[in-house]
Amino acid sequence: MDFKMLMYILLVGVFVNNYVLQRFLGICPFLGVSKKLDQATGMGISVIFVMLLATAATWPIQKYILDPNGLGYLQTIVFILVIAALVQFIEIVLKRYIPGLHKSLGVYLPLITTNCAVLGVTINNITDEYNFIQSMVSSLGCGLGFLLAMVLFSGVRSRMEGANVPRAFKGLPITLVAASIVSLAFFGFSGIIDNLF
Amino acid sequence: MNDKKRLSVFLNGLIAENPVLVLVLGTCPTLAQTGSVIAALSMGIAATLVLLCSNVVISLLRKVIPDTVRIPCYIVVIAGFVTVVQLLMHAYLPDLYEMMGVYLALIVVNCIILGRAEMFARKNGVLDSALDGLGMGLGFLIALLAMATIREVLGAGSFAGIEIPFLVDYRIPILVQAPGGFLVFGILIAVINMIGPKAGEAKRRNFSCAGCPSAAVCGKGSCSEKNEETNAKDKED
Repeated sequence: MDFKMLMYILLVGVFVNNYVLQRFLGICPFLGVSKKLDQATGMGISVIFVMLLATAATWPIQKYILDPNGLGYLQTIVFILVIAALVQFIEIVLKRYIPGLHKSLGVYLPLITTNCAVLGVTINNITDEYNFIQSMVSSLGCGLGFLLAMVLFSGVRSRMEGANVPRAFKGLPITLVAASIVSLAFFGFSGIIDNLF
Repeated sequence: MNDKKRLSVFLNGLIAENPVLVLVLGTCPTLAQTGSVIAALSMGIAATLVLLCSNVVISLLRKVIPDTVRIPCYIVVIAGFVTVVQLLMHAYLPDLYEMMGVYLALIVVNCIILGRAEMFARKNGVLDSALDGLGMGLGFLIALLAMATIREVLGAGSFAGIEIPFLVDYRIPILVQAPGGFLVFGILIAVINMIGPKAGEAKRRNFSCAGCPSAAVCGKGSCSEKNEETNAKDKED
């Protein structure tokens, strides 16, 4: 039962409630950094990394510091500051101890501070009343969903590069139309997961 | 600054530098909150309020905030006002509060607000910053309303919840769902590209990068690359 629930949360995060394509969170990096496959992968992995750490930090803060003291209304301020500080901290630690990883992920980390997907997932975990394990799984699912969307879309974009599109649609508009079609594809998942369990 | 210049500061945000349609900032709420006119209206008003207040406060504090830690300071100011709006809506408009859900809190990370703080409020006086905030906020509101109107009228056959007799029978439900958001936004920007100011592309290049708090980092990667590409394209044209 418990494992089933976790699997459900994970799969819903990746496919049904895909953060980028169904819930419109993290659109900026989705449109900005999805041009090349390696950049898209780097960004996706960084987001998973930060989402997991942010959830691990914000969930206990909410449950053990804010809620018992009746400070729930400070959620927004505290969460964004914790995420910003955390990203800075990760960057410093990586730079000092794992320079190789810093080289490949360092560019993307500061971008993530103001990524609405990260703040969104931490707030959602609280409003959905998940426990700690469920929250971590849900963050992992959302992060994987983000990575999947980025990787898929970078493929679509590389095909679009050579396409001859009408002048007015060049650049951003055709990218958005393509995103709409990818999103349409993800729409098909909505019934599948519910029937699996 | 004389009155004429003030007026242009205000009008800039509405049309020439519309944050959504010309500069393409704040795409997340634009796509997520335009499934219905009511949602778009409340999102637009909430964001305008936050933008106006944060612009005024940041402009007042512009000589106090040290340059090196300005972004965290701006985030605290913005998050403070978002919390105020959240509490007010929870108290007086509980239905709308439920409907907007997580997106209300996510106004904190809306790049329009941080962008205006970084680009305008920290360099200009209080009155100008207030006007700029109001203009940009209303520009955001107008863009949201335009998108929501298209999506709701064609997708649900209604306007602000009131059904339109003929269209209800021929509605296109996919438009109010997620894929419709991307599609309508793409087409809207294409239309603006076609009829709008010719300088739109150049402005977007300068503004969305300068307005983005992470441009310094991003500049090494995708942003500058994109600039070079568009520059090259412009030359070809």
